[in-house]
Amino acid sequence: MLLSIAWKNVWRNKLRSLIVILSISLGLLGGLFYLAFANGMVQHQIDATIKTQISNIQLHNPKYRLNNEVKYTIDSPDSIIKKIEEINGVRAATSRIKSTAMVSSAITGAGITINGINPVKEKNVTTLYKKIVYGTYLIPGKKYQIFIGQKLADKLNVKVKSKIVIAALDMSGNITYGAFKIVGIFKTESTNFDLSNVFVLKNDLRKLIGFPSEQTTEIAVLLNNNDQTDLIANKIKKIFNRAISEKKLDVETWVEIQPALKLINEMFIEYSMIFLIIILVALSFGIVNTMLMVIMERVRELGMLMAIGMSKLKIFLMIMLETIFLSITGGAAGLFLSWVAITVTHKTGIDLSAVSEGLNALGYSSFVHPMLGFTYYILIGSLVIVTAIMASILPARKALKLNPAEAVRQNV
Amino acid sequence: MSIITTNNLHKIYDETIVPVYAVNGISLEFDKGEFTAIIGPSGCGKTTLLNLIGGLDQPTKGEVIIDGTNITQLKQTEIIDFRLKNIGFVFQAYNLIPVLTAKENIEFIMQLQGIPKKDRDKRVIDLLEAVGLKDRMNNRPSELSGGQQQRVAVARALASKPKFVLADEPTANLDSKSTNNLLDIMLKLNEVEGTTFIFSTHDSRVMQRAHRLISLEDGKVQQDQKIK
Repeated sequence: MLLSIAWKNVWRNKLRSLIVILSISLGLLGGLFYLAFANGMVQHQIDATIKTQISNIQLHNPKYRLNNEVKYTIDSPDSIIKKIEEINGVRAATSRIKSTAMVSSAITGAGITINGINPVKEKNVTTLYKKIVYGTYLIPGKKYQIFIGQKLADKLNVKVKSKIVIAALDMSGNITYGAFKIVGIFKTESTNFDLSNVFVLKNDLRKLIGFPSEQTTEIAVLLNNNDQTDLIANKIKKIFNRAISEKKLDVETWVEIQPALKLINEMFIEYSMIFLIIILVALSFGIVNTMLMVIMERVRELGMLMAIGMSKLKIFLMIMLETIFLSITGGAAGLFLSWVAITVTHKTGIDLSAVSEGLNALGYSSFVHPMLGFTYYILIGSLVIVTAIMASILPARKALKLNPAEAVRQNV
Repeated sequence: MSIITTNNLHKIYDETIVPVYAVNGISLEFDKGEFTAIIGPSGCGKTTLLNLIGGLDQPTKGEVIIDGTNITQLKQTEIIDFRLKNIGFVFQAYNLIPVLTAKENIEFIMQLQGIPKKDRDKRVIDLLEAVGLKDRMNNRPSELSGGQQQRVAVARALASKPKFVLADEPTANLDSKSTNNLLDIMLKLNEVEGTTFIFSTHDSRVMQRAHRLISLEDGKVQQDQKIK
């Protein structure tokens, strides 16, 4: 009975109800789309960082991560990789030799991290080979080739086929030099990565710095699903429990390797949620105002309901249900509109190339695909209901304060 | 047999500033099956007296006893429930729920009482027949004339089978034809079903057909006359 009468009351003044519903819908559309936009940027950044740079999980010698010194190595990387690749959920794993170095061209120099990789295996773990803007990826067997980022190429004023010199510390701590020919130039979403990373064949780097065979500095593991990162990291820790306890091996997830990435992205989402809550609070004032107007217009009717014996609880619930119905209708429309807008723009993407330089400097892509998980829709839907309940309390209390004897005779 | 008794009933407004004695020591008894009109000039206390009898207002002094229950001593939640089960109300401005049909308006009070649907449906049809609006049962108040709305209001007041019906100037907004029509229906219900009606009125047409006239002035009973 109360549900039916409350629903009918919502449509008593169609225009006013539609305006409130529209304002809730548009408010939610704005808030949710902003949230999806921020989430799309953030997820893309995490995804790009994992796929082009760090992978989901990395293994190092525990001392290596302190100063990235090449002398701290992992033994028998091939057997470790073999065991890791047997774990369900692991897509691929590869080993890298990483060392800090200086790169110089005829013009200038720069501090970089030199990555010695196996290009065939690396392709299974990182998507850097898809980010080529000039030339090619490293070609297996071809000696002293180097693959560098566009930002670094610009800084060094070099291009494909140019020669650059790498100065690095060898295993004895002496400086050693090597000339490399640029075979390809890549460009990722992160200009910082492009500026500070170069890639050479693992054997070339091994020879340059005298790095022992059957050892490596880093093993990178790519998973099928990022959500399983902690689970699989724990499985790896269990398998190599002995090496870990002997402090020969350390297993870290991308969150531990780049905590700032997770922190900044969580902050981004939190700010978006705060923005959305502010929208909901602002909307709740509109709802309260509308419902107070409804009460003022229906004083005589509410007085009659009290007079004939409708309990205060039922009157309170009726006003509350009216407010909730009004808000939920607007909320449902807003969620649906948001879902449509987010689904469409997720497919088409939003091109922000006009501000790409700034976004890339921060590590964000200039092509954003807004996205929002189903749980967010549930969460926002619940928030709308909570907002509606909060917004209904004041008008419902106002209705209860009416004196039926006076109310039934208002404007008579 | 007395169904309502008021003992030395007082209602004083603005006691601390300039006291207004809306009801000033009224003691009355109403028997079951009465058709009583409370008359008097504007501000004489008719509506206040009805509000006190109906438990819509609390007296400053005195008591109202309905069928043995002193309603002035009931708690707020108890008085609401008491009204629901024992008193029917008809208001000057009809006060129907605009979003409900005539049938739904009558049924509403029975839903509040928790009466099963089957019983509700039968009672609603009987009442709509009694007030001559069976063919308008699915019309909303805005689709009915003033007289028809007030007939629905009478049917609603009777739907809960109350001990008595209080009607505050029920014909004030009606033309002669609608007034006579409404009075015919109320008198018929009074005679056939024995429903007790107490109403306040200015209307001479109503006074002429009342069985008892209680005349008020300055919150006091001036005359209490049984006509039939």
